[in-house]
Amino acid sequence: MTTAAAPALREQTVSIVANDRDTDQYYRLEVRAPEIAPLVQPGQFAHVRILPLKEALLRRPFSIFQVTTDTFSILYKNVGRGTDVLSRMRSGEELSVIAPLGHGFTVPAPGAEVPLLVAGGYGMAAMYLLAQRSPQKGIVFVGGRRRVDILCEKEFAALGWEVRATTEDGSHGEKGLVTHPLIAELKRGAAGKKLFACGPTPMLKAVAKLAADFNLPAELSMDEHMCCGTGVCLTCVIPIKTADGWEYQRTCTEGPVFDREQILWEVPQ
Amino acid sequence: MNLAVQIGTMRMPNPVTVASGTFGYGVEYSRLIDLNQLGAVTVKGIRLNPVRGNPTPRTAEVASGMLNAIGLQGPGVDGFIKKYWPFLRELKVPTIINIWGTTVEEYAEVARRFDALGGVGALELNVSCPNIKEGGAQFGTDVKLLAQVVAACRKATSLPLITKMSPNVPNIAPFARAAEESGSDALAVTNSFPAMAIDIRTRRPKLANITGGLTGPAIKPIAVKLVWEAAKAVKIPIIGMGGIQTAADAIEFMMAGAAAVAVGTANFYEPQTPLYVVAGIREYMEQQKFTEVGQITGSIKFS
Repeated sequence: MTTAAAPALREQTVSIVANDRDTDQYYRLEVRAPEIAPLVQPGQFAHVRILPLKEALLRRPFSIFQVTTDTFSILYKNVGRGTDVLSRMRSGEELSVIAPLGHGFTVPAPGAEVPLLVAGGYGMAAMYLLAQRSPQKGIVFVGGRRRVDILCEKEFAALGWEVRATTEDGSHGEKGLVTHPLIAELKRGAAGKKLFACGPTPMLKAVAKLAADFNLPAELSMDEHMCCGTGVCLTCVIPIKTADGWEYQRTCTEGPVFDREQILWEVPQ
Repeated sequence: MNLAVQIGTMRMPNPVTVASGTFGYGVEYSRLIDLNQLGAVTVKGIRLNPVRGNPTPRTAEVASGMLNAIGLQGPGVDGFIKKYWPFLRELKVPTIINIWGTTVEEYAEVARRFDALGGVGALELNVSCPNIKEGGAQFGTDVKLLAQVVAACRKATSLPLITKMSPNVPNIAPFARAAEESGSDALAVTNSFPAMAIDIRTRRPKLANITGGLTGPAIKPIAVKLVWEAAKAVKIPIIGMGGIQTAADAIEFMMAGAAAVAVGTANFYEPQTPLYVVAGIREYMEQQKFTEVGQITGSIKFS
């Protein structure tokens, strides 16, 4: 870590522009943040302090979904006390955010590899900016348990991307796991492709294995419980290979996006 | 108005530093706050060699606080000097380096290395980390070992020594006196409290380490009492810490006897907190027409 290379980020009190239910327990939150929005790179996150949460003090990290010139949005699932309180906040109310944070996805160079995105549930949100900014359009594979877990298909389609959805109960798209149509696609021809993934850890692990089997590069957005979000507390570490073994690195700073070759999926004993 | 505080030969321009382990090595938060507005920067604990740290999950949120069992992950003395010291040495405010070891000799060796480095503000002896099997708390909960560690470091360096006291003792007074008599220039009171939390859905402890240290506003009243008891036992200055979120919290610690304070867990959710605390102390001194920040220290009244 060097001070000169430290990326720009801001801590700001921002006001809510919209906070609307999407499907089921999923919500879309947009905040006015003109100083943050232009800094955001695909795969980065915002660390949000939900001010009405009195006794739960820590910030919550959310992948940044979309940006405009003066706003950014997140797509979140109501999973606990923090997101429950957040879901009941209304436009005009304020949040404290530190953003943009983390090392995100590498946007493909013009004429370089064709991106194949793999998303599980709301992992889809973390990949929107990558799809929007990639000079090559690719395919996005999205999987979920049920129809309501498949999010923002329309937005990806509007970018001119092909969306292949899978659900475990077959209520939408192909029935099964997200890796099934991905394997079929890779068997048709893997050369010149690159995988990008965000979702539950078992899915990321499966994507890493497929990338290795087909000898493809892959960037994975890793999910580990986070505390400070800014590289200080060393909560969100995962084992990463180094020249002489391995070390714990921070998903908030060195990550959340890592190359598949870097990741050790089990901590060596 | 004078906010400066003297800890041995170290002059803090104001009484507010940060708790070791809640502020990385300074550089991380320099993107969000002006470090030169602090009284001192206190860095995460360093031992001689690099430390990998504990498995995850390493922290868990609890009511008005959090548990942590990071396991003192760190780059070791050489890694710290190479990676972080070039940044820290350029700051206008002093750096307090928190050090630890698994033997008395290792503490002394680390102290010697930082003495030789030059430009360090003070060394804080971590004898109270609850998350390390060897070293850490075993030195802080045995009064003889505590005296040995402090005395060995005293021989090894002329830098100011701050002994970071364990809260996990029946009576802090003899420990405070042992640190003072062995050559400590100040005390840091206190460290985190051993604690645990269980996920009732999985029936598993919320930390991979099973137990961890409780910090945050939840511990503040206990920490204030420890400062008050330690202050009665010694003449050396005390840096009070434990759940400080506001200037009012800091002033409470100072009234109990602390000459300076450290903001800890609050940095994680509000990195500006130390600067708000400095501003609030200044405002309080204006209201009270105090000219020296030391007028707050020990100003508790009982009638």
